[in-house]
Order: sequence, then structure tokens, then C-alpha cells
Amino acid sequence: MNWLASVDPLYAHGITAVVILIALIKIVAGFASIMGAVILMIWFERKVISKMQSRIGPQRWGPFGLLQTLADGIKLFFKEDLIPAEADRFVFKLAPYLCLVPALITFSIVPVGGTLHIAGHTVMLQVANPPMGILVMLAMSGISVYGVMLAGWASGSKYPLISSVRASAQMISYEAALGMTIVTIILATGSLSTHDIVTSQAHGVWHWNLIRLGVVPFVVFLIAITAELNRPPFDVVEAETELVGGFNTEYSSLRFALFYLAEFMNTITMSAIMVTLFFGGPAGYIPPIHHFAWVFPILWFLGKTVAFAFSYIWFRAALPRFRYDQLMDLGWKRLIPLSLGWMLIVAGFLVNRWWGISMMGTVILGWFVLTRAYSLGADRTVGSESVLPEVGQRPTPSRLYRQRTTKGEN
Amino acid sequence: MMLALAYAVPSVIVFVAAAALILTGAIGVISLKNPVHAALSLIMTLFGVAVAFIAQQADFLAAVQIIVYAGAIVVLFLFVIMFLGVDRREGVDVQPLVSQKPLALVGVVITVSAIIFTMSRSSWVTGVPSLSLGGTRLATGSHNVKQLGTSIFTTYLFAFEATAALLIIAVVGAVLLARRERVLEEAS
Repeated sequence: MNWLASVDPLYAHGITAVVILIALIKIVAGFASIMGAVILMIWFERKVISKMQSRIGPQRWGPFGLLQTLADGIKLFFKEDLIPAEADRFVFKLAPYLCLVPALITFSIVPVGGTLHIAGHTVMLQVANPPMGILVMLAMSGISVYGVMLAGWASGSKYPLISSVRASAQMISYEAALGMTIVTIILATGSLSTHDIVTSQAHGVWHWNLIRLGVVPFVVFLIAITAELNRPPFDVVEAETELVGGFNTEYSSLRFALFYLAEFMNTITMSAIMVTLFFGGPAGYIPPIHHFAWVFPILWFLGKTVAFAFSYIWFRAALPRFRYDQLMDLGWKRLIPLSLGWMLIVAGFLVNRWWGISMMGTVILGWFVLTRAYSLGADRTVGSESVLPEVGQRPTPSRLYRQRTTKGEN
Repeated sequence: MMLALAYAVPSVIVFVAAAALILTGAIGVISLKNPVHAALSLIMTLFGVAVAFIAQQADFLAAVQIIVYAGAIVVLFLFVIMFLGVDRREGVDVQPLVSQKPLALVGVVITVSAIIFTMSRSSWVTGVPSLSLGGTRLATGSHNVKQLGTSIFTTYLFAFEATAALLIIAVVGAVLLARRERVLEEAS
């Protein structure tokens, strides 16, 4: 069992009843705090977005409308639970949980604070510190694709299916860029575990991955994770004007509530992951106050996470939605080459300066080749179906286009 | 049973749970009528394999198993199933090859007996971290990744690069096959 101790110092003295109790408390506390955070996040988003749109927002239930989410939850609980006649009943019931559970599991690897010493045990303030660390997050974002995809398919309805196919294509495409930036971070840290990633950034702002790796990985990660979350401006999944209401159109009552919960939980979790990867997690100034020094890392972590949660809401209020083909262009043609090139450069500089410079040269060469390839591809204007028009033009529906062109020829 | 008792109880429990996941999923894949359900039970099998990997202390492989197989490959399967619309009407009763079933049965019997024969000869045991990399144990934590990376990029470099080349050839081939050259006159 010594490999357990190498991962988490809690298990250093063997597994006793106290250790199991501490682990259970960590799990329950983690679950309770993420649930509470979700309720607050829903309220926060509605309140902030109404301020940005010169509205008042929820205000009736509780002080500042804080209990609005609970009231909504109770309302949803008492609604009729519909399953469409065309639905695949088992998969239809399974899908919401496939959305929710990955969100919960991802939160478990986020380091919330430093380490505590309780009853002679060293306790990390994170639910788990598995050796594969940040890969858990990638795996779980891979699994949450199924929730979206199967929800749309199992509904037995056209629009949810279109939405779910869009969503899963989008999530898979952006996962590549996401993985590449995470590789950059892992290279700089030399470890997969989130705890090590945070401790390697603990020596001040200049050691944060944001600055240490150049700002590019952070920007790529931010864009990719927003797309992964299906949040605005990448919410083609729930483009109301095209798709009614997205993959969860046919869901009602508690199952709808689960999707809603999962969406906001993912937003919080990904904000926390971003803080962990790029902003040093709980790192920050700790005032010399006895017995309460352990509170400040948690406060730092909370502050940074709330800042990101706010920026997501800001995106939603400020940015118009991407068109689907623009979204795919951005993912495959811009972000993946960019993150790959940056990873090569960082890897080169980690070996020594000359490797770094030669890698830079390679990447610049690759950039030229890629630009040439894109322009060649864009020049191949052959038919309305093969190449979509440039950004800013509406694509002509192909049938209309064909009718028009054949009439012109006659 | 006697063999199992010789090893630590938790690892045996983990092994049995993983084996149950793998087998239930595998049986589901071949017995379920609906292709989407079959794909779902394939995911179950993959999860079982990941659990087995973790029990063998191959953490990195377990994570990659979930990310690549469950997170990408089966999603592509589902894509194809959904796009082709084979998810509802399913003609499993049609036999394209005559006398396929008895031949398959013979094949299964031969394979399974070969596996059992090999297992009885060698020291395959349940739930015990296996030996690899020339008799040394797999390292834990981040050393696991280091070990894997070193062996891929030194000992097995040729196999690794050959696989990469194969994949590229497959992708380029698929693009060439799928590309239809539309001439300009057709559109304008």
C-alpha cells in the first residue's frame, strides 16, 4: 500500500478508521460545497446578466433573490416527468447522470487549499489526488460528451438529435487543443498530479503558468474550455432560433434540473481547473495570523474562481454566437496548430536554448506551410457544398443555390 | 479459489469487479439488438479494462484508455450509427455468409482452449501487479509516465514511429477516397 502514500500523505501511516473518516468527510464536504456553489452560481449568473442588460433579475425569494434557485428547484421537482413516446427509455433516463457525474468527479481533483494537520494526519484540501491527476479531467470531459450525445439521440426527436451531434462534434474537436495545452503544463511541471501543478506555481506571480509558459496556452485553453462547456459564444448547441432549445428540449422535471445543474457545475469546475492550471490555485499572499493561516489559501482560490465565473457570464452578455462552421474552423485550423506549435517551442526551451530556437524556426516554417495550405484550400472554390464561404457571409442553402445556378445557365 | 486466497483480498475484489464489468459489457456488445445499446456496453467494457489497468498500477494507461477509447473512438462509432440511421431497424437475422455460425463456433472453441492452455502453463494469476519491462515493477505516480515514455522513445521507437506512419497513411487514404473532385463549371 506504499504507493497510496506516495500519492496522498494521508495514507502514510496505513489505513485506519480515522483516515477513512477523514476521507469520507472530504468527500461529503466537497459534494456539499460544489452543490452550494452551483446554487449560488445560478443566482450569480442571473443577477449579473440582468445587471448587464439593465434588468433587475431575481429579487423575490430571500435577500437579493438568493433563494430563487431553490424555488426553481422545488418547482421543477413538482412538474410532470415526461418521456416522449419515441424515446429510448433506458438511455433517456441514463443521459442526465452521464452529464452530472463527470462534473462532480472533475471537481474532486481540484486543490482548494493548502495542507492541514488533523490528529497527526496530513490532509490535503482536495477530495482526491490521483496519480493521473489532470488526465482525470480530460477523461471526464470525454465522458460528458456521452451525456449530451445520448440525451439528444434518446429523445427520438429531430432537433435534439441535431443539437447533440453538433455538441459532441464540437466537444471532441476542442478536446485536442485542450489536451495539447495541458501537455504544455505537464511538461513545465514534470508531474500529472494537480497538487504538484499547484505547488510548482507557489513561489509568486512570476511562477504562475500563465506567465511562465507565455500567455498563449492560457488563451487557447480559455477558448477551448469555453467551447467544451458549450457556453456562449460557443453555444451553437442551444441556438434557440435554429434548434428550439438544444439537446435537452424533450426533458422536463428533475431530469431537466439535472442537466441544468450539470451545466453550471461544469462552469464552476472548469473555472477552478483554470485557476489550478494557470493561476497557481490557492497560491497568494498569506498574512501572518496564527491558527487561521490555512483560511487564506482557500479565500485566494475562491476569489480567483469567482473572477473566472464572472468572466464567463461577461462572455455570455457581450459576445455574439459563432456560426457552426466558424466554430469548427477556429478549433481545427487555428487552435490545434497553435497549441501544438507552442507545445513544441516550450518543450524545446525546456531542453536548452538552442533546441528552443530551432523548434521556434520549425514552428514558423510549419506556420508558412499551413498558411499556404489554407489559402490553396480556400482557392479551391468548387461548388457550394465543398467549401464554405469566408467569415461574414451567409452560406447559401445548397438547394436554392443549385436552382438559381441551373436557371442562370438555361 | 485456492489461488485467489493466496493474494491480498482487496486486489481480488477489484479484479472480480473489473472482470464482471468487462464480461457483462462484452456480452452486451454481442447480444443487444440496438447498436447504440451495444456501443454503450462497449464503454462499460472499456471502463472495466481501465479499472484492471489501475489495479495493475498502470495509471497512465487507464487514463489514456478512457480518454482515447471511451472519449473518442466509441463516440465516433456512435456518430456513424446515428448518421447512417441504423439505430432502429436492424437486420441481425440475415446471414450474409452461409455456414458462418458453426465455423464461428469452431473458431471460438479453438481460441478459448488455446487461451486456457496458455494460462495453465504460465503463471497468470488474478489481481497481482504483473511484471513488465524486463522483470522490473512498474513505477507509481509520475514515474509511471516517465517509464512508459522512455520505453516508447528508446526501446520501441521503431514500432512507435511505424504506427504513426500507418495512421497517417490511413488518414491520407481516407481523405483521398472520400474526396470528390467537383469541377468549377458544375457550380457556376
